[in-house]
Amino acid sequence: MAESHYLSWGRYPRFPQAGTELLWRSDPLPELPADAGQMLPYGAGRSYGDVCLNRGGTVLATRALRHFIEFDREAGTLRCEAGVTLEEIARLTLPAGWWLPVTPGTAFATVGGAVANDVHGKNHHRVGTFGCHVLRFELLRSDGSRRVCTAEQHAQLFAATIGGLGLTGLITWVEIKLRPVRGAWLDTETLKFGHADDLLKLSAGSESGHEYTVAWLDCAATGARLGRGLFTRANHADTAAAMPRRRAPGVPFTPPVSLVNRYSVRLFNAVWYARQRERRRARRVPMHAFFYPLDAIAHWNRIYGPRGMLQHQAVLPGADGPAALREMLKQISRAGTGSFLAVAKVFGAVKSPGMLSFPRPGVSLALDFPMSPDTLRLLGRLDALTLECGGAVYPAKDACMDPRLFRAGFPQWEEFATHVDPAFSSSFWRRVTGDGLD
Amino acid sequence: MTVLTRVLIVGATSAIAAATARRYAERGAQLFLVARDPARLDIVAADLTVRGATRVDTLAADLLDYDSHGALVAAALDACQTLDVVLIAHGVLPEQGAVEATPAAALEAMHVNLLSVMSIALTLRAPLLAQGSGTLAVISSVAGDRGRQSNYVYGAAKGGLDTFLQGLRNRLWAAGVNVVTIKPGFVATPMTRHLPATGLLWSQPEVIAAGIVRAVERRASVVYLPRYWALIMWVVRLIPEFIFKRLRL
Repeated sequence: MAESHYLSWGRYPRFPQAGTELLWRSDPLPELPADAGQMLPYGAGRSYGDVCLNRGGTVLATRALRHFIEFDREAGTLRCEAGVTLEEIARLTLPAGWWLPVTPGTAFATVGGAVANDVHGKNHHRVGTFGCHVLRFELLRSDGSRRVCTAEQHAQLFAATIGGLGLTGLITWVEIKLRPVRGAWLDTETLKFGHADDLLKLSAGSESGHEYTVAWLDCAATGARLGRGLFTRANHADTAAAMPRRRAPGVPFTPPVSLVNRYSVRLFNAVWYARQRERRRARRVPMHAFFYPLDAIAHWNRIYGPRGMLQHQAVLPGADGPAALREMLKQISRAGTGSFLAVAKVFGAVKSPGMLSFPRPGVSLALDFPMSPDTLRLLGRLDALTLECGGAVYPAKDACMDPRLFRAGFPQWEEFATHVDPAFSSSFWRRVTGDGLD
Repeated sequence: MTVLTRVLIVGATSAIAAATARRYAERGAQLFLVARDPARLDIVAADLTVRGATRVDTLAADLLDYDSHGALVAAALDACQTLDVVLIAHGVLPEQGAVEATPAAALEAMHVNLLSVMSIALTLRAPLLAQGSGTLAVISSVAGDRGRQSNYVYGAAKGGLDTFLQGLRNRLWAAGVNVVTIKPGFVATPMTRHLPATGLLWSQPEVIAAGIVRAVERRASVVYLPRYWALIMWVVRLIPEFIFKRLRL
């Protein structure tokens, strides 16, 4: 297996990936040699499958584009380059009383990546996706043009670029609207539930009173316990206390085989479920422990061994959603591979401006599996269930969905395609639109 | 109450300098930045302002225009009054094959890496003596410790710079001005990106920046960054020449 500097977070698929580093946003796009293929921006490499990869082409690494441009401490607006990470933003804005309006499960993603994947968080039911809080950004296209896009100005490009998977050109900078907070703590409440159906009830009952909701499911459980788990809801705490420091241990090397297997998954899930004995537990926790538990372990993706991992996140909309969720959980427990972490979230109705935005009303289930032929077969079945109930699979976590599922889940894809920069492409895009040759 | 630190950075858009500037900005320093490209200067200046710099001034200048160095120093003094820290950070890493084939390219590299630095440092000498305080930090390199076939033109400039800074340190010490020679090892920056920058000996600019700020604070004379380079270069200097000349380094 060839080592490559440019990998996705799932470390699958894996191939030698050419790349060039962008240094200044004032520079034009690099002049690549004729055989360099098409371009694709690459931020922190925190998406899982192949949306950040470009086999046979070149990735444009944006991590050096990490300058702040303007921070209005009164209005709570921040303008920064696309390679700035959410962690860098939080470090700047939190002491001034501002927090990310939406954050995914890692703070190490770049703001450009957050726009391009239109990421969502545990507050989706209240505030929608990251793209809902983007005021404007600059798009540098391969024809040399620079366009400042807003909901009004270049509105079509604005909509195409939010969730546009980096295909519409290079986002050089982004301006976002932040959310005021008093301090760095959250009041959380974790409720134990015995079956997947309880999750939906708990979720519906918590949405009006809680800004953040999420559930962890024990996907090794079966029968009457199918989809048992822990439901957590939270609000910002009314305290000005700052973020405590935490140490960041890491996985120092890739073990020769995945440490995640059917036995460790079963054990972990059972222990995790049993850890909370009471039905309800309330705790005040620092933000990073709530939002980014895995960020505390550097290179945690290495535990899946040299073959890497596959993520799967589907949203199952409408009246058939709960049944489809139960069926998925059955398939997973039957397959036995198990998902180390299974996270469920009920999305709300706030609409994103993005044409290819993934979240939509319904229940969403996020899973991760060690890469294996069995896993690929299981994901095929999960994809079929998703297609059947009219759902969609999240591109940022996908490495294998079928073009039919993509087109069904993202009906605006053809309109989107007209905004793709002719010099840009990705492994994902070629896979789902078409010739199957990537 | 914290005292305002006033910092002049020459070559302010280089990766190590920009990372060092961020550290000073986060402490609320006042900065005066000099570099060639005005657009890049604006980008760095805005970033430092957001990060907390009290005031940032910029000056776009061609540092090979020696006649302009007087005006450069005057402008910095005009904005800052006192220069608590001066960091001279500009430089190029010429491709060895190119400078061997074209002596004029070798001389050009000497202008950038040695002569322009000397000229700026000597222009600063009188004002620094007059203010009787402050630190002049200059980025040299481990390459100056011993000539090697792979980069001896770059190494010659840095070796000359080391000797020059030794003397200047000696000259300014009694007046209360410290001169610190910064000798980074391999740093992953745009200057070195044509080299295969992987392995244990490579550092990020942020690590070097932290070392520079620390060296300035403790009024060090010569610092290797990261510190293990002191040991590596001690060994490299110990190798007898009759053996060294046979090595492919």
